[in-house]
Amino acid sequence: MSVKTEAVGKEWPATTYEVGKEKIGEYAGVLGIGNPVHFDREAAKAAGYRDVVAPPMFAVVYSSPAMAPAMFDPDVGMNFAAMVHGGQEFEWGEPACSGDEITTTARCVDIQEKDGKGFYIFETDSVNQNGDRVARGTWTLIVRGV
Amino acid sequence: MTLNAGDAIPELKTTPDKYLPHRYAGASGDFNPIHIDPEFAKAVGLPNTILHGLYMMGLTARAAAEAAGGDPRSLKRLSVQFRGMGAPETEIVVSGEVRSVEDGRATIDVVAAQGDNQTIRNAEAEVEV
Repeated sequence: MSVKTEAVGKEWPATTYEVGKEKIGEYAGVLGIGNPVHFDREAAKAAGYRDVVAPPMFAVVYSSPAMAPAMFDPDVGMNFAAMVHGGQEFEWGEPACSGDEITTTARCVDIQEKDGKGFYIFETDSVNQNGDRVARGTWTLIVRGV
Repeated sequence: MTLNAGDAIPELKTTPDKYLPHRYAGASGDFNPIHIDPEFAKAVGLPNTILHGLYMMGLTARAAAEAAGGDPRSLKRLSVQFRGMGAPETEIVVSGEVRSVEDGRATIDVVAAQGDNQTIRNAEAEVEV
């Protein structure tokens, strides 16, 4: 058996996520981050943010919904029972703040087989309501025994 | 905040309690049962529930941003590889060393580990300094 590569270059419909103040606080809290810019509007504004700002890794919250249809696409054909998240990269631009509407597009950039494992690489591109890039993600998913 | 090549960043130590994976699942939206259901985790061959890799990446991001002074804007890029599985109720230590500083940007090599088990390896963070 070998991996299918037809999905390389495929892009899936964008998803939009509206960032909420309490969701930011919940996410920052679970990571143990105490900086008031994630909880308090006045503190965020005093620090130069438009509103309460999300921790950088909140990128997984607003970009993951765009990854779901990509991962479950039969054209990609991943075996979920044997899949692990092998690696992740984010590059950040404009901070994500409460009230932002962030639109994310996912694209498959590479599928390769190596040592009996399938390496599936996806990119997500997230932009806010002003057209500013908020984050770019590279997701490496590994499927054993392809 | 001054960072120079060769500097160790302050270690971040935290012990996720038994219910942390449930709270992370709620906060992130990732309800994969391998993180929250011991019976399911064991049925798929895991020793028990495992921590979300992205939770440990979140701690890695936090350590890098705190090393740069704590402003979340300072973290510009973070790349990680997930390796060993993380377990709840075990201390996680995130440590790192500044590899280089150029044009106001520091590159930091970061590792997250539980004892000898490196759960995040070859992590590279870029922060504005």
